[in-house]
Amino acid sequence: MNTSRLQRFVLAVLAWSITFVIFFPILWMILTGFKTEAQAIADPTLFFTPTLDSYAAVQGRADYFHFAYNSVYVAFGSTLLALIIGIPAAYSMAFLPTKRTKGTMLWMLSTKMLPPVGVLVPIYLIFRDLGMLDTRIGLTVIYTLMNLPIVIWMLYTFFKDLPKDILEAGRMDGASTTQEMLYLLIPLTLPGIASTGLLSVILSWNEAFWSLNLTSSRAAPLTAYIASFSSPEGLFWAKLSAASTMAVAPILIFGWLTQKQMVRGLTFGAVK
Amino acid sequence: MRTRASGRTVGGLRSLSLQAPAVTLLLIWMLIPLGMTLWFSFQRYNLMMPGMEQFAGLENYEYLLSDPALWRAMGNTLVLVGSVLAISVIGGTLLAVLYQQEFFGRGVARVLAISPFFIMPTVSALIWQNMMMHPVNGVLAWFLGLFGLPAIDWFSSFPLLSIIIIVAWQWLPFALLILLTAMQSLDDDQVEAARMDGAGPLAVFFFITLPHLKRAISVVIMIQMIFLLTIFAEIYVTTSGGPGLATTNLAYLIYIRALLEFDVGGASAGGVIAIILANIVAIFLIRMVAKNLED
Repeated sequence: MNTSRLQRFVLAVLAWSITFVIFFPILWMILTGFKTEAQAIADPTLFFTPTLDSYAAVQGRADYFHFAYNSVYVAFGSTLLALIIGIPAAYSMAFLPTKRTKGTMLWMLSTKMLPPVGVLVPIYLIFRDLGMLDTRIGLTVIYTLMNLPIVIWMLYTFFKDLPKDILEAGRMDGASTTQEMLYLLIPLTLPGIASTGLLSVILSWNEAFWSLNLTSSRAAPLTAYIASFSSPEGLFWAKLSAASTMAVAPILIFGWLTQKQMVRGLTFGAVK
Repeated sequence: MRTRASGRTVGGLRSLSLQAPAVTLLLIWMLIPLGMTLWFSFQRYNLMMPGMEQFAGLENYEYLLSDPALWRAMGNTLVLVGSVLAISVIGGTLLAVLYQQEFFGRGVARVLAISPFFIMPTVSALIWQNMMMHPVNGVLAWFLGLFGLPAIDWFSSFPLLSIIIIVAWQWLPFALLILLTAMQSLDDDQVEAARMDGAGPLAVFFFITLPHLKRAISVVIMIQMIFLLTIFAEIYVTTSGGPGLATTNLAYLIYIRALLEFDVGGASAGGVIAIILANIVAIFLIRMVAKNLED
């Protein structure tokens, strides 16, 4: 009995130590945001009097809400678009499969393997000529296309789980394809659609390659805003931490709330 | 007519029209930039010298392939992808086994441990560079100091390793998240039965747990490969590919050519090479995953 208790204690200590190590940089970032600049570079301590000065200073330097608005706009806009385009496609693949369906799905996934740098130059030039550089719409379009393959795969997985009979019953009652999707498919698979959407939001929110290369100020999302702090003048740790905390807080909380759901979608249902 | 037609044809047509928007968009997304990249790669085309564009044949490729920078970047890309994959798959599996055990506050610990996956790459790069790995005031320097050890100037002494640490810190939690979920469907009775038959913890791990995780591991490898081949922000923020070429991967090399040197022709040739490399990986990967998803 005693050894098992001891074992359990050791296990808990081990697991929590590892958790602490993994989470430490995030914890440190959050704590440093509430320190003064002097405290930030002093020897590490977990105990200090918190201050909001850094947050005020960061807000004074660049309007956080402008960048946050851009992030929200492109993340949710592209997710909405990807869902609107992806739902019919995933519906047809799950319920009206043909011989070509499987090949199409694999091909879609393979477009995701296309390295963005490989096509950066043409996209940059096309955007320049269309006047879409540094616009929210431009970035939204890119993110939609970037996430579309994964969105379709995830939706397909969730739709596949829906008993066929339910949709067939609707069809018997004379529902059109559109009605079938709007009144049966979407309500019944809402949790799956939601988790697909959330993952897409997270990927778009954190995307840095396109946002750094295609936007400068007007349409720059939080990823670009944070990158601007890497310049020498930005090397104030407390302010950097405050800005970083603000940039990741929404998506971190999102992730915490949805992690369980997300796994199923992420693994295309391969892991039950 | 429609009702008389065979279900298959109607289904095929309907299926086609429903998929049309997605397929068309992805085709455009793939073909137009790809075509343009190919075209530019045969041109002498520099944005700093407008009007000087002319057909260059294989010149860009010759120049690029004879440039040691390309091989260095390719090597760095493979080292980066390979080591992060190894760390996250091995570490993720061990941690999944650990977090599967019952201990005080398990749920909270799990959520905290997977958090780095949600942090944007630019932020994690800045936090690690400035606050963890800083040679003077960084937490790691302070920690080494406790043991009387000298601080390490991470980004100049071990540039590629530093990048690997940062990227692995972000992706190990992702592997953990997936593998932990897979662990939950492990059959307890089977483990119990094996124990009864005298199997030790190691035997249980290698003969029951690991085979059970096979599919999850292949999914982890596939998804991470997609994202790791194109790592950019971490390098952009911390080392800008340096010192020298120490942390320049393919993505960053093409970026330098295109947007810092304005050499569209050379950058496009690099892009074509990156696409070929990615496709070699993709063919192998997609086969593997498709096979795994079949049953």
